[in-house]
Parts: sequence; C-alpha cells; structure tokens
Amino acid sequence: MTKLFKLSLTVNGNPYERQIEPRLLLSDFLRHELGMTGTHVGCEHGVCGACTVLLNGDPVRSCLMFAVQAHGHEVLTVEGLGTIDDLHPIQQAFWEAHGLQCGFCTPGFLTTLVPFLEENPDPSEEEIRVAISGNLCRCTGYQHIVEAVQLAAEKMRA
Amino acid sequence: MTYKFIGKRIKRNEDPRLLTGQALFVDDVDIPGMLHVAFLRSDYAHARILSIDIEEARQRPGVVAIYTAEDMGDDWEPGPPLVSPPPTLEGVIFNSRRQAPLAKGKVFHAGEAVVAVVAESRYIAEDAVEDIWVDYESLPVVVDLEKAMESDSPLVHDDLDTNLAAHMFQKKGDYESAREQADLIIQKKFYLDRGAAVAMENRGIVAHWDEKSQHMTIWDTTQAPIPIRNGTAARLGLSEKQVRVIAPFLGGGFGPKAMMFYPEEMLLPWLSMKHCRPMKWIEDRRENFYATTSERQQVHEVEIALTKDGRVLGLSDDFLHDTGAFDPYGLTIPLNTQCHVTGPYDIQNIASNCTAVFTNKPIVTPVRGAGRPQGVFVIERMLDFAAKELGMDLLELRKKNLIPPDAFPYDKEIIDQAFAKFVMDSGNYLPVVEKAREMIGYDQFIKEEQPRLRAEGKYVGIGITPFIETTGVGPYEGARVQIEPTGKVNVATGIGTQGQGHFTSFAQIVSEQLGVAVSDVNLVSGDTAQFHWGTGTFASRGAVVAGSAVLAAATAVRSKVLKLASKVLEAPEEELEFENGTVRVADIPRQSISLGELAALANPLRGAVEPGSEPGLEATDYFGPAYGATAFGVHAMIIEIDPETMMIEFKRYITVEDCGTVLNPLILEGQIHGGVSMGIGNAYYEKMHFDESGQLLNASLADYLIVTAHEMPNRIEIGHMETRSPFNELGTKGVGEAGAIPVPACFTQALENAFQDFDLEILETPLSPNRLFELLQREEHEE
Repeated sequence: MTKLFKLSLTVNGNPYERQIEPRLLLSDFLRHELGMTGTHVGCEHGVCGACTVLLNGDPVRSCLMFAVQAHGHEVLTVEGLGTIDDLHPIQQAFWEAHGLQCGFCTPGFLTTLVPFLEENPDPSEEEIRVAISGNLCRCTGYQHIVEAVQLAAEKMRA
Repeated sequence: MTYKFIGKRIKRNEDPRLLTGQALFVDDVDIPGMLHVAFLRSDYAHARILSIDIEEARQRPGVVAIYTAEDMGDDWEPGPPLVSPPPTLEGVIFNSRRQAPLAKGKVFHAGEAVVAVVAESRYIAEDAVEDIWVDYESLPVVVDLEKAMESDSPLVHDDLDTNLAAHMFQKKGDYESAREQADLIIQKKFYLDRGAAVAMENRGIVAHWDEKSQHMTIWDTTQAPIPIRNGTAARLGLSEKQVRVIAPFLGGGFGPKAMMFYPEEMLLPWLSMKHCRPMKWIEDRRENFYATTSERQQVHEVEIALTKDGRVLGLSDDFLHDTGAFDPYGLTIPLNTQCHVTGPYDIQNIASNCTAVFTNKPIVTPVRGAGRPQGVFVIERMLDFAAKELGMDLLELRKKNLIPPDAFPYDKEIIDQAFAKFVMDSGNYLPVVEKAREMIGYDQFIKEEQPRLRAEGKYVGIGITPFIETTGVGPYEGARVQIEPTGKVNVATGIGTQGQGHFTSFAQIVSEQLGVAVSDVNLVSGDTAQFHWGTGTFASRGAVVAGSAVLAAATAVRSKVLKLASKVLEAPEEELEFENGTVRVADIPRQSISLGELAALANPLRGAVEPGSEPGLEATDYFGPAYGATAFGVHAMIIEIDPETMMIEFKRYITVEDCGTVLNPLILEGQIHGGVSMGIGNAYYEKMHFDESGQLLNASLADYLIVTAHEMPNRIEIGHMETRSPFNELGTKGVGEAGAIPVPACFTQALENAFQDFDLEILETPLSPNRLFELLQREEHEE
C-alpha cells in the first residue's frame, strides 16, 4: 500500500486535513473526499476546463493536479462562490442571460471568470472570448455565455 | 393566440442549483460500501480472443472480482433490439446484431469491453486493468464502407454472407419516367464522414441492489430512463416495480445517451446484484470516443432530374450507411436521411435505396441531427450544382421547388423514423426564405459587397440553405400534474432532460392553465418512481410530445379546480378566473380562494369524497401523435477565408426558424446557438479519423476539436416565423436538432461561393482547413 500523505489545505475558506494517497487527483479529492461535487470532470486531460478551480486565486485544472500539490494552499470551488439564495453576480448573470444549458461545464466557466473579471472590470467581447477559450461548452455555442460575462461585468462595476 | 406564460423569455427554474454546484449528476452519487468498475477494452478493431489471463490482476489488493464473458455464465446475452426494422416496408432486409455486455470469443470494434474489474476504488480498478493480459489473434478489419460491400471483403459477422446490415427501398411516383422527361440530369457521388457527440459529461452508471428490500435503484446518464428500467427488469428477472431508474441532471445528451442498452448498462446492475453492493462506473473521455456511439458516415450516389426552367422532376439516391459493428438502433438514421433528402421541396418522383453496412467501428446511433444533416447536405448540394448548370440563381431555383402552403398536410408517401407515414403537418416556407434573404442582405451582398471585397483580394462567400426538421414523433409521452396544499404544483413526466430547459418550458405550460408563477411549478423528469410511462428524450420530441401531455394533464387539473371552486365560491365556472395562485370570481376579485386551500379541500380528512370523483387536484394524461410535426428553417452565412491558413471567420450568421409556437424564446435561442456550434464543428472541425486498422486516431479532446468561443460567429441573428402545427394543441414543433442540421450544406455552399474562381466542387463533409487546402491545391494542379 502506498504511504499516505497528510494533506492540509483550505477549501472555500474552511481548513481540511485528510490522509490521502499522493497520486490522488485534486479533482477527485474535492469531489469524492470532500463531497464537493460541483467541480466537474469532463476530460481528465486538461482540455475541457470543466474542473477549473482557483488555487490561491488563479484558475487551475484540478484534473491535472495532485491533491498533495495543493498542500498548504487555498482552493476555491464553485461551492465557494454564492448560494442558491445569494448568487455571486457572475452566477446571477449566467442565470439571467441563459449562459448555461446542461450546466456541466458551468462551474469551470464561473471559476475561470472570477479572477478575469476582477482584473478586467470592463472587458471587450474579444477579451471575453480569449478568457473563455480554454473552456469547452457543447450546449450554448458560447453566445449567451459571452453576454452573461458582459452582464456580470456590468453588475460588478455597479 | 395570446398567452400569459407561454412564449415569454423566462429564466430557468433549474439554474440556481446548476450554478452553485448543487445539482446532482450521476458521478455525484456516493453510497457507503460502493464498489467501482473499470473495463479492459479491446485494442483491436477485429480480433479473436485466444485467452485472457486475469491472475495477476486478481492478486492486487483492493480488487474484489474480475469478470469475463465466460464468467457471466447463462446471464451473458446481447442487448435487446431497441428499434425493429420498419414493418410497413415491403422487402426490407434487416440483420440484427447486438452488442454484448462483454465480448465473447471475438471483438468487433476497438474499445469494446472485454473484461470488467470490480475494486474498492476506481484507481485500483484501473490499475488492475493494466495487470490483465489478453492474447488476441488479429483479423482483417472492415473500415471503408464501399470496400465492405465488395465480394472479397472480410466479414464483421462471420455468420453472415456479407457485411449487409440492412437494405430498404422507398419510393414515391416513378423516377424512371421523370428521368425520361427531364431536360437536365446531374449525377454526383458524396462522401460524408463520422463525428462524435462529445457531451461534456461522459456516460456513467451507479447501480444499487438492496438485498433486504429486493429493490434496484439505478442512476444512469440516459435520455430514456423508462426503457432502461423495463429492459433491466427483464434481463434480471425482476418486476418493473422492483427497478427504479433515475436520470438526474445530465451533462448533455445529444443522442448517444439514448442508445440503451450499452454494455455497461447491462453489466452494472447485474454486478450489483451479484455482490449485493452498490456499483459505480464512470466513463473517461477516451472511452467516450470508442464506447459511446457516434454517426454520420454515408456514401451517396445521387441523380437529380430537372426541367430547363429549374423544376425538379425527380431524385434518385442510392446510399450506403455505416452502422458500425452492431445495429441495435435499427434504421432510425437512414430513415431520417430518406425523409430529408427531398427536404422542403415538392418532388413527385423519388427513389431512395439504402444499404446499411457493418464495419469494425464503434456502434452508430443518432447524434443531434440523426441522419437529417446527411439528407440536407445531399439535396442542397445537388440544387447548388443544378443552379450552376442552369445558370439560375440558387435561391430562385429553390423557391421554384418549395412545397406551397396550400399543399399541407403534404404526404411524402414514404415512412419516417417512427414507421409512421411521413406527412408534413404544416408550413409556409416562402416567407421564411424571403426573411432570411432580407436579413442577410443576399442581393446586396452578391451585387455590391462581394465584388468590392473580392476586388480587395478577400475570399468572401455567402451561403443560404433551407431545411426541414422532422420532430415530435410518437409513440407517446405522459405527465402527471398535482396541486399541493402549499399551492405549489408538482409535475412528473417520464422523459429525461439534458439541458433543454424542460423544468421551465413545461412549467410555463402548466402556469398557463393554472395561473401559478412558473417558479412555483416543480418538475420531476426522468425518475421512473415518479412517472413510469414513456419513451424518452430524442428526435426533438420533448416539447411537442411530453409538452402536449403536460398540457393535457394541466387542463384536466384545471377543470377539477373549476368544479370545486365553483362549489366553494358559489359561482358558475364560467365566471371564475385563475390569477396568481388563486381562483376568483371575475367581477368580484375579493371572492377568491387559493389553489392550495382548494387542494386541501379536495383531500379531506373527514366527510366523503363523492362517488365518481377522485381525491386531490391531480390528473395524469398522455399524448400520442399519429404523425410528427415538421419544422422549417433557413440558415444563411457570410464567411471570409484566410487564404494562408484556411481559417474561417463568420462575418454574419442568420437563422430563421419556423417551429410553430415558441414556448420560451430564451431557451429556443440557446438551442439554436448550440445546434449551430455543433453544425460548425460537423462542417469544418470535427471528424473521427479511423485508420485502416480501425483505430481512432483522434480519441481525445486535444485531437478531436470541438468549437471554442473563437470559432463561433460573434452573433447568431435569429428570425422567427410561426406556422402552428395543427397536430397538437400547443401548435408547437421541435427545434432541438435544427441548429445543427443545415450547417454543413450551407457552409459548403458558402465556401464554393468564396472560391468561385477555382471552380471548386465540394462533394464531401466534414471538411477541415487541411482538407480545404488540399482541394484547392488539386484545383490549381488541374488547371
């Protein structure tokens, strides 16, 4: 049996400690060890972007990282953004602009967009398309997502 | 007709859960004691299995069990035929060969499951798969469709004389005599190739057999939970009441998730019963490319007969259809192709000859479009060539042949995918074409803009393509509507949902009848414990068929409410109105009662429910259409091609849709956008590259490229026309696949238009930047 590693990290502001195998992916750790199943796994090879979470504020592919690499760091997942009764402005904008259909890729888009909109409060359409170019969506054709980001930027500037 | 809720841009009920990561997908199901399954899949497309050595795998700590086909004993049997061959067609040949839970003796396509490993974790199960040794004897592989039908071809199924999976011939009128009268006959041969559905969520199943309660619960990424429930019960010798199938939130479907029964769907419940423990299998992306179904490969030899003034007298189409290694889904796809190859046109003489072919490739079942894009591609290409030969404007040629509005219902005199007569319910095509022409500025572009841009050295082209979409086929769907004492309304229906917004559009139908807020309608779809009759979500039938069932049930509840409220409020039913969750007397709004109070009164704890009536405010009803509803639309685009890189920029993208009554324009737009994005992929980026040994060379999202935000037009401009379907009370027609269907045809037309100096003749789809470069090089060399 592989020697277990004592992992401590912060997820959505809460500290966690778990004994884990060093090879456990961060995505699997979040989903199956912590039960935070909002982070979705679409390709397991770093292309689709569904599993994107924020590591110390930067978007990373949680399927391409081992959980142990997050040792001592802060992770933010979709569960840490807003709640059903109190949506984050980006979530609210996705709702209003119909920026999601099946919703599977959505958590990855949201986590990608949080730092983007913080750094670019008034992005152009082209900048938005570049920002989401690493996230695949098969349902929306992206148009409503782009509109959702524009709406979110407006809400966050207000 | 004026509606209060139907047709409104209402944001979706289901979104807050999805946006906060609180929606349940299959891989989110976690049950104590759950075991994990991984599969060893064949590396060969065609091989005999000589031996399987599982000893080393068995020794691995954490491995619970390993199964080969032999280990399943008498329980090993292929999946059921899902759709039988069309019974109404004379002379149809259909060789049914179905996938098995695990390959026995021989593998028929790369990626076929050979061994199942059950372990304490997915990691261990996948490790153990690597420990297994299978000795294969490779066999000659059947990949190419035409070669597959040559007499010396190797055979996919040894017990058949050829690789013929099916043959069917459909006709209308007499093509041969039409041919004799024609001034112009054009013959072409088209090659269409395969693409993948690529739902962002891969497939997955959790099966939980509870020995004590003798009950099986299955969470499955299926578009058709009820057939899965029925089939699972039959396979396991259980009563249908002992099996509950839940299709929770699905991360996209696009057709392949309707395929039932996948090998994994047969195995997981069986394993759970065997071990009396919950079992989970989650597909990975590579498996998704090999083990999930895909489609679109066909070869068409087509002939079209026209008069010199551009009237199409007849069309003859002889085509091969790739069905992959097995054909569980029958002839759905080629039937759709046959229905769409004459499209919106009034063509009196048709001969359509279809040969479905077995190959050593993954199984073919519908993917968004399901045979329709192929038919549309063929007819639109033929009309493009005809217009060129006749020196006619290609839109004028099309207008000349459209089915006129007074010809509906229009009988194509062939049968459709539901084996029903293909009767087109309604339509008014010309205004839709004119609207698209106007929106894209067709005449102005051709006369002014294009010459100017071409003079600047730009490669710009325009495409404009009408198309039909058969939707809303039977057999039926059902729904139950119930008002709770809280005043909220519960709705249950059997179809699954994969992002189409049923939670909202169906709620709008209920709100229209009962006057409650859309957010107060709670829909459950795809849980056989909640509603156990139905077929599934496919063929753009959700809104038409399940929507109509919801309407029927809501209407029945409405009359129950009226009857009771009339008694309570002491006013005749005609004077009552529904408003904001209450029923009130129209002239005396103070005299009102809430729906919740009425629901409580309808389910009394004392007194008697009158004979002949039922407790509660609840009703169940069904809708089964004799024919489908045929939608119509036109796509138009202006593209610019970079001659160095062959990359495309969409300058304009227009769609005009006539899908009858629109339930929710926001959702409709989303469906069209998504369809177009898949269509653009189908036209220019997505192709499954199989080599001659049946290996898929691009089985990852790094190699199989679906469109990103960059490849899409910045704005898809959508126009609407509305011809209500007379076949259902809502007057609606489906639109789920429409966006994808005409894109390859329209795109190809636009490409040829952009390269008109090259005399480019495109006879294939999908293209790619590389392939376009090759075609242009070839033209240059020939010159």
